[in-house]
Amino acid sequence: MPSSSSSRDALVDIANLHFARGSRRIFSGVDITIQRGKITAIMGPSGTGKTTLLKLIAAQLYPDQGSIHLDGQDVHRLTRSALYTLRKRVGMLFQSGALLTDLNVFDNVAFPLREHTQLPETLIRHLVLIRLHAVGLRGARDLMPSELSGGMARRVALARALIMDPMMIMYDEPFAGQDPISMGVLADLIKTVNDALGLTSIVVSHDVAETLSIADYVYVLSDGVVIEQGTPDQMKASESPWVQQFIHAQANGPVPFHYPAPEYMADLMQAG
Amino acid sequence: MLKLTQNLGQQGLMAVARLGRRFMFLLSTLAGCAGLIRRFHLLIKQLYSVGVLTLVIIVVAGLFVGMVLGLQGYNTLVDFGAEESLGVVVALTLVRELGPVVTALLFAGRAGSALTAEIGLMKATEQLSGLEMMAVDPFRFIFAPRLMAGFIAVPILAAIFNAVGVFGGYLVGVEWVGVDAGSFWSQMQAGVDLQEDILNGVIKSIVFGFIVTWIALFEGYDAVPTSEGVGRATTRTVVQASLAVLGVDFLLTALMFG
Repeated sequence: MPSSSSSRDALVDIANLHFARGSRRIFSGVDITIQRGKITAIMGPSGTGKTTLLKLIAAQLYPDQGSIHLDGQDVHRLTRSALYTLRKRVGMLFQSGALLTDLNVFDNVAFPLREHTQLPETLIRHLVLIRLHAVGLRGARDLMPSELSGGMARRVALARALIMDPMMIMYDEPFAGQDPISMGVLADLIKTVNDALGLTSIVVSHDVAETLSIADYVYVLSDGVVIEQGTPDQMKASESPWVQQFIHAQANGPVPFHYPAPEYMADLMQAG
Repeated sequence: MLKLTQNLGQQGLMAVARLGRRFMFLLSTLAGCAGLIRRFHLLIKQLYSVGVLTLVIIVVAGLFVGMVLGLQGYNTLVDFGAEESLGVVVALTLVRELGPVVTALLFAGRAGSALTAEIGLMKATEQLSGLEMMAVDPFRFIFAPRLMAGFIAVPILAAIFNAVGVFGGYLVGVEWVGVDAGSFWSQMQAGVDLQEDILNGVIKSIVFGFIVTWIALFEGYDAVPTSEGVGRATTRTVVQASLAVLGVDFLLTALMFG
């Protein structure tokens, strides 16, 4: 059973999560609850382990301590087949899109259906075209992944993530490296898809404006712990200097601009 | 001194861990081979990719190796007045040794490096993670068809190499330097034993195909997912697979003919 009884509406319950890569500690006691039907954003600067958190939720990685319950099941205690059954109900959008490079757009989106169902090809065609239409790429069905822009690849990946009618979608940095139009399109899509299909979404990102515009609840991670949580409005009103620096993109604040170094003048004088 | 010992210990532990990962990888891939009947089209695709696309280099190399053998063999044999035995010399050298070994080395360079780069890039672009997230086992979908394709392709490529090599030897020996065609073929037929020579050669090439493909796939799977990491992994594949082929060749030769 989930360790936190905060709400019966919790789809994901992360309790006291500890994780390290070699000697580097990534999480030291993280507690996060993801509510059903909501868009929850996990924010924080690069290198805080946001992607690692998604991989832990998907049980691609195993924690050193603590537990993660997804839909009431401890994902790290499931058998392989039970885990695969659970994963069929969870979509994940990788930063690169993770499209299979030797299949075209249509076959990429149809791939999960062909692997997991015995549906006739005509029905698969219908389902794929509906999803591609939803992301605005019905006309791009014959293109290969190498012919797509970064934003298009992510939209195809979103269509693929939606094809199995998942209960939850995890987005790994959906806005990174996108032009403003693609960013807006993706943010709208995430919001629309979540509300129209009644999904639960986890958005991992460090793009403040887009993420706060669509999120229902926000967790901010730093140095392996949750330093702030709340609704986007509460975040904007937060008096924490750290959150202020992050949200307003200031160079100076608790997070130093300079990588640790000896004193500047002493360093310069030493060169001679 | 303490640091040296520490380093040595760390290197040793890493080597053992890597060996363990290598075998775990092989076990998972072999387990994935069971599902290949349902995904036969993947095997066909890989057979084309690692087999058919390697054919040109095998045929050209086989022809030249056979021609060199014909010329060198003739120059040596003629001193003893034994140039009639050229056919059997060319055929035995190819079937027993050069066919399986050179084919495996060329396969490592052409198909092995391509496999490592492909898998490494799949890892770097999160395609392997993506498959896992879609509840598709990459060992069944990606690795098993490639391992099986290498296993099947190398013996066939080696057979083609041998056939073209014998033809190259014939071209130089009979058509150019003038060894009697009847002696060339009849001595070859009399001197090459089906079980002792051809079957042993086939066994060698099956073992080499398996080893080269295993190394190539594992190096891609274990690569650091960056452009530099994939480059290093590709180099490691060619070096390790070539050395493994030569080392195992000696062991097999000692077992078969020693």
